[in-house]
Amino acid sequence: MTGVASKRTRSRFSVDPVRDRWESAPPWARWVVYLLLVVGALLLPAQGIGNIMAPPESDWPTMLSDQIGIYVLLGLGLNVVVGMAGLLDLGYVAFYAVGGYTIAIFATKYHWSFWETLVLAIVTASLAGVLLGAPTLRLRGDYLAIVTLGFGEIVRVTANNLNYVNGPRGIQGIPHPPTLSEWTVPGLDVQPFKYGLLDSRPYYYLLVFFIVVAIVFVKRLERSRVGRAWASIREDEDAAELMGVPTFKFKLAAFAIGAAIGGSGGVVFAAKQTSINPGSFTFMVSALVLAGVVLGGSGNIPGVIVGAFLLAWLPERFRGLSDYRMLIFGVALVAMMIFRPEGLWPSRQRKAELAEGSGGMGSMGAEVAGPGTAAEVTE
Amino acid sequence: MLLEINDIHVHYGKIAALKGISAEVDEGEIVTLIGANGAGKTTTLKTISGLRPLTSGSIRFAGQDISKMPGHKRVLAGIGQSPEGRGVFPGMTVEENLLMGAYARRGDFSKELAEVYELFPRLAERKSQAGGTMSGGEQQMLAIGRALMAKPKVLLLDEPSMGLAPKLVQQIFSIIVEINRRGTTVLLVEQNASQALQVAHRAYVLETGRVVKSAPASDLLDDPQVRAAYLGGGAEAQVGAGASADCLEDTPPVAAPESVEEDGDASSS
Repeated sequence: MTGVASKRTRSRFSVDPVRDRWESAPPWARWVVYLLLVVGALLLPAQGIGNIMAPPESDWPTMLSDQIGIYVLLGLGLNVVVGMAGLLDLGYVAFYAVGGYTIAIFATKYHWSFWETLVLAIVTASLAGVLLGAPTLRLRGDYLAIVTLGFGEIVRVTANNLNYVNGPRGIQGIPHPPTLSEWTVPGLDVQPFKYGLLDSRPYYYLLVFFIVVAIVFVKRLERSRVGRAWASIREDEDAAELMGVPTFKFKLAAFAIGAAIGGSGGVVFAAKQTSINPGSFTFMVSALVLAGVVLGGSGNIPGVIVGAFLLAWLPERFRGLSDYRMLIFGVALVAMMIFRPEGLWPSRQRKAELAEGSGGMGSMGAEVAGPGTAAEVTE
Repeated sequence: MLLEINDIHVHYGKIAALKGISAEVDEGEIVTLIGANGAGKTTTLKTISGLRPLTSGSIRFAGQDISKMPGHKRVLAGIGQSPEGRGVFPGMTVEENLLMGAYARRGDFSKELAEVYELFPRLAERKSQAGGTMSGGEQQMLAIGRALMAKPKVLLLDEPSMGLAPKLVQQIFSIIVEINRRGTTVLLVEQNASQALQVAHRAYVLETGRVVKSAPASDLLDDPQVRAAYLGGGAEAQVGAGASADCLEDTPPVAAPESVEEDGDASSS
C-alpha cells in the first residue's frame, strides 16, 4: 500500500512551482490575473473561439450557457460539500431541481419576478439542504452517499408524480429574466443585459456573474474559521470534535451552502429554458458534477472549474463519437483515478491527505474496515 | 474529585462494551486504565470525551454533570484528548494541527504554542511539515501537544506508546510525567501496563467492560495476579505449582489470555 502511494507521488507533473510563485506574488499581480480571468471568461463566447471549441452543428454560446456555465456553478457548489467538508453527496441534483422548480412554480403560478424567485430559490434550496442533512449527517462515508443518492431520486420521482407541477410534462412558460438594459456593446452585436430567446450570451454572462460571486463567497469561507473546521472534519471527524469543532453544525452548514449554490444554478437553467421537467434532474447530473469535482481536484477551486468545464465540454465537442461518448468518458475517468487520483489540479493540503493513505478517500467513502476499525468495535 | 464516572454502560449496537464502569480521577493525579484488547479502555475514554453516547450511568466533571454534553463543548469544559491512533490531521502542517487544538478558544495562543514547542522540540523543528508525513512518534507528540493547546484540566491519553520504538516509549512517558508535574491531571489508557504503572499514581484494571481491580499503581506492580496477567510474570505467581509450569496450561486467576481470545472471536464475527 505504501509502495503504491509513494510511486504515485514521485516524479509526476506537479503544479507546485506555479503555486509557490503564485503565493509569493504581490497582491496587485494577483488582482491583475483575476481581472484577466474574468475578461477572458467574458470573451469566451466569441466566434473565433467557438470555431475551435464547438462542433460545426452546435452553437458555442448555447453550449456555454446551457452546459458549461451551469456545470461549473454546480461544481463549485458541490465542492463545498465534497471537497471542503469531505461529505460524499450523490444526490446533489436534488438542490438544482429545487431551485428550478421554485422559480417555475412561483413565476408561473404567483407571478413573482426573476430576482424575487432567485432569492426564494436560494432559501428553499438551502432549507432542503438542512432538511436532508439534519437526519442523515450522523452517517458517514458510503452510508451518507447512499442516503443522499436516495434523496436525489425522491425529489425527481416526487416531481414526476405530483399533479401540481404537471408530473412528467413539467412546467412551461417560465418567463425570461427581465431585461436590465438595452445597452449594446459598442462594435459588437451583443446586448449583455437583454435576456431573450435567441441570444444565449446574456445568460452566460449572468452565469459568469453567479460563478464569480460563488467563488468569492466560498474562498472567503475557506480562509475563515468555518473553512478550518471543514478541513478538520474532512481529515478526521472524531479528532475535529475533540478539538471543540461542533462537527454536526458545520456539516449542516456545508450542505446548506452547497445547496444554495446548486439552487441558484437551477434558477438560471429554468429561466433560460422557459420550461422544465423531471427528466432534466436525473442521477446522471449528480454523477457528472461529482466526477467533475473529483477529476479537477476536489477542494481546489481552480481545479474544480477546470474539471467541470472539461466534463461539460468534452461530450458536447465530440458529439460525432456520440455512441462511444460515455465509454471514452468512463475509460478516461478510470485512467485518472489510477494515474492521478488527487485530480488534475489538486490543492496542496488535499494532496498531502491522499499521500497519507486514508486521508481524502476515507471520507469519500472508500474507507475499508481494517484491523484498527475492528478493534474499535469490540472495545 | 475532578472527574467521576459512575456505573457507565455503553453499547455498540446490541453489544455491550462497558458493563458498569466506575472510576475517579482527582486533581493532579496520573490515573491509568490497563487491560487487554477489548476490555473497554478506549471506549471509556471516548465516552468521557463525548464521542460515544452513554446507555446509562453518569459522568461528572469539576462538579458538573456532563453526561449529555456534546463532545465539542467538553473541550471548553476542560477535557482534552489525544485519541486512539493519534488522529493527526494529515493535510495540515504541524503548526496548523496545533492551532486546531486551540480552535475552541479565542485570543492569543502564542504562549501555549511556545510551551508545546518547549516540551516537544522536535515539533518546533517541523513546524511547516504536513502532519501525515511524520513518523509515528512525532505524530504522537503532535497529538499530545495539540490536546494541550486547549489548556485542559484533564488530559486523556489513549495508548500513547502504541507502535513506537522502546526508546521513544520512554521519552513519551517522561513527557507525560512532566506534563503532570506542571499541573495537568492525566488519565492514561495503556496496554503497556508496566510502563503505565510506573508513572501512574493509581490504576484500574479493566476486563471485558468491568473494573476488576483498583489500587495504587505501585501495589499493582507487586500484585501477583496482575503480574501474571499483564506484566509477563506468570511463572513466579504460581508458587509451588512446579517450577517450569507451562503458562498456557496453568490458567492464572485473572485469566487474561482467555478473555483476549473471546474478544478476538467477537470482533471477527
